[in-house]
Amino acid sequence: MTGTLTAPAEAERPPLIADTRWRMFAIVMVGVAVMSTARLISDNDDLTSSGTFGVALRTAAPIGLAGLSGLVAERSGTINIGLDGMMVMGTIFAGWWGWEYGPWMALVGGIIGGMMGGLVMSVATTTFGVNHIVAGVAINLIAPGVARFMASELFVGVQGGSVTSSPGNSGDIGSFTMPFLSGGDLFGWESPDILGWLEDQGWFMIADVAGFFKGLTTSVTWDVVLTIGLFFGIAYLLWHTPLGLRLRFSGERPSAADSLGVSVHTMRYIGMAISGGLAGMGGAVLVLFANRYQENQVAGRGFLGLATMIFGNWMPAGTAAGAGLFGYAQGITLRTNPGDLVRALVLAAAIGLAVTAAWLVYRRSVRGAGTVAAFAAVSFWAYFAVQEPNNQLVFVTPYVVTLIAVTVGAQRLRPPAEEGIPWFKGMQ
Amino acid sequence: MLNRIWRASLAPLIAGVAAILISSIALWLSGNDPVEAFREMWKTIDSTESVVLIINRAVPYYIAGVAVAIGFKMNLFNIGSNGQYLLAALIAGWAGAEVDLPPLLHVPFIFVVAIAVGGAWALIAGILNVTRNVNIVISTIMLNYIAIGLSAFLLAEVFRDEANGGLVAQTKLMPESARIPTLNRLFELVGFDFAPGVDLYGFLPFAIALGIGYYILLNRSLFGYDLKLSGLNPEAARSAGVNPKRMVLITMFLSGACAGLIGLPFLLADPNFLKYGDAFPTTIGFTGLGLALLGRNSPIGIAGAALIWATIERATQRLGPLGVPPEIGRILQGSFLLVAVIAYEVVRRRNDAAAIAAAAAATSIERPPPQPGAPVVGATS
Repeated sequence: MTGTLTAPAEAERPPLIADTRWRMFAIVMVGVAVMSTARLISDNDDLTSSGTFGVALRTAAPIGLAGLSGLVAERSGTINIGLDGMMVMGTIFAGWWGWEYGPWMALVGGIIGGMMGGLVMSVATTTFGVNHIVAGVAINLIAPGVARFMASELFVGVQGGSVTSSPGNSGDIGSFTMPFLSGGDLFGWESPDILGWLEDQGWFMIADVAGFFKGLTTSVTWDVVLTIGLFFGIAYLLWHTPLGLRLRFSGERPSAADSLGVSVHTMRYIGMAISGGLAGMGGAVLVLFANRYQENQVAGRGFLGLATMIFGNWMPAGTAAGAGLFGYAQGITLRTNPGDLVRALVLAAAIGLAVTAAWLVYRRSVRGAGTVAAFAAVSFWAYFAVQEPNNQLVFVTPYVVTLIAVTVGAQRLRPPAEEGIPWFKGMQ
Repeated sequence: MLNRIWRASLAPLIAGVAAILISSIALWLSGNDPVEAFREMWKTIDSTESVVLIINRAVPYYIAGVAVAIGFKMNLFNIGSNGQYLLAALIAGWAGAEVDLPPLLHVPFIFVVAIAVGGAWALIAGILNVTRNVNIVISTIMLNYIAIGLSAFLLAEVFRDEANGGLVAQTKLMPESARIPTLNRLFELVGFDFAPGVDLYGFLPFAIALGIGYYILLNRSLFGYDLKLSGLNPEAARSAGVNPKRMVLITMFLSGACAGLIGLPFLLADPNFLKYGDAFPTTIGFTGLGLALLGRNSPIGIAGAALIWATIERATQRLGPLGVPPEIGRILQGSFLLVAVIAYEVVRRRNDAAAIAAAAAATSIERPPPQPGAPVVGATS
């Protein structure tokens, strides 16, 4: 220690927010151009159609909720590997209440089911200090068993029900279409569908952006609307309220939080209750989408959610972006010609990688450019060589995308400082 | 010695009692008679046939538990053993049925293939971790799903047995030279006869050998020492000259290699399978996670856990006629596991606190003030 203060060097100053925003905007624009080019070359309008984006939003919602669930838990200091199990609890409760009391109660039931899972895990991790991964793995192993037991008690012998499936929800949750932009009704009057018209023109870039926004504003079911709202709500809660500050404090520096009178254990319980509720709601969204509980409905979406959260650097906006990406990758497998879409997406990836390589050459990072160019070449080859992608391999797409995204992005991540460490009063 | 056994079995005992209580409540809440149900379960397992069935079932569970435990010992959470074993079983099953070798070479050949495939698949996660700092939990989970898709693709398109028109997606049947005979003959030699139709599968000695190998690796080898040290205190391991990246790579390979063996009891010794196909069990890797937790990563503990797991599964098989859902077994297993991990932690902290107090009493004349940070159970707010 020299004892003198030195002004931070010019180069170390973080970029101005305006700069990063411009950079983000430029990246998004390049992304749109790449997708649009891929759409035109592969002659597959469905790549950026409003229908595809609509399905993507639908499949992104449960993944996003899982990511948000992980985010709240980890911000408050608990690594929540068990959120996949909490989603399973959400599906069984949503299937049960949705069948008995209707779709809105399915959401409530899902939240309650997940919350119970979160609290059980918190008893183990917070009160007893069990290793968080161990407790999470235990929850993941238990939840499917509980769900199966409940299903066999609730649904077996009921018309249309079985041990693997609920009889179906009573009623539909309804949906929302934005007036003026996407032609939604306004007090019984059918407003013009501006985005739909733009999309139909097929213009370079404009049609793709129109398709994106029309997909996000057309026939969005209310549970998904609520999901989008929750992203803003949780961001507000964590960064703009005293409770949020205490929650994050408990994840970053529990002993300091404790010294300032914050009850770390209470905070971690609250964090896990919210986290479980969000995960359970993710399960309920799945139930509302399929209109019934089905065994293994979750299919690892909790883990995908965790990956989106890591991909999003423990921030809501990043998590939402990640969920959108994985939702898109999963959504295209539900369209009429998933094989063609995957091919077009491979082409888009190839073009995107080629552009990145060119950028890296411009920035004189030869080694990086070489690596990226090699991946671009492989993608181009895959596009031209594989005419009909196999169904099983299409199923794998979102997981490969996740793995690649985490691999590329793992360098600049910053998790909450003391997450995953059991904490007891008096610890330093 | 007795004291040690008592301390090791205290937590599982608590967990067992709690599990029976919780499942009884679940049964009672759902309108069944718990006493009746548990009486029926006991009747089901109380026969030689059941004991043999339980052991047969426990063998792959045991291997799965050991596979995961190798990683757990170093705090490497290899959640992906499921994908590793599926891929390994498929490729080993295909390769084993394709080649023509004498019996003494055929079985080792299949072992080598399974070990190589399982290890290689796990190594992907290890490499991503040491080169790109990717979280092992996330990468192994993603690799799980990729392995499921990949094995479905390979089975349907590449390795499918074309006999019978290739209608069923499965590999060819294992040739005679690759099959491991049952142990019945061995037991007959010592004068013990099984009832007809009851077979003790021949993979049991391999599983026992694996457990002994795991014990020696952990407790009698330099690598095992480094492994445990890296798990307990990574900083100390580093300053003692242990290369953490190398440890991650080797441990992931060993864990995956061991996971590759999970499918072999079915491929080589279970006459109901002897091939990889649709009916092949697909979730044993996940079961192994629970067993490693329950068995505290020790070779004996995992064996006990695997036997308990298999016993519960056997016991609940005949509950249907009583009107009790057999799924109660899942509740039993789950609550047992959850209470056990909590009880282990409580017992461990209590023992630690006792050890610290004893050490403090032995080394100081004056009793020091209670240390902040001493992990004491019950000191929670």
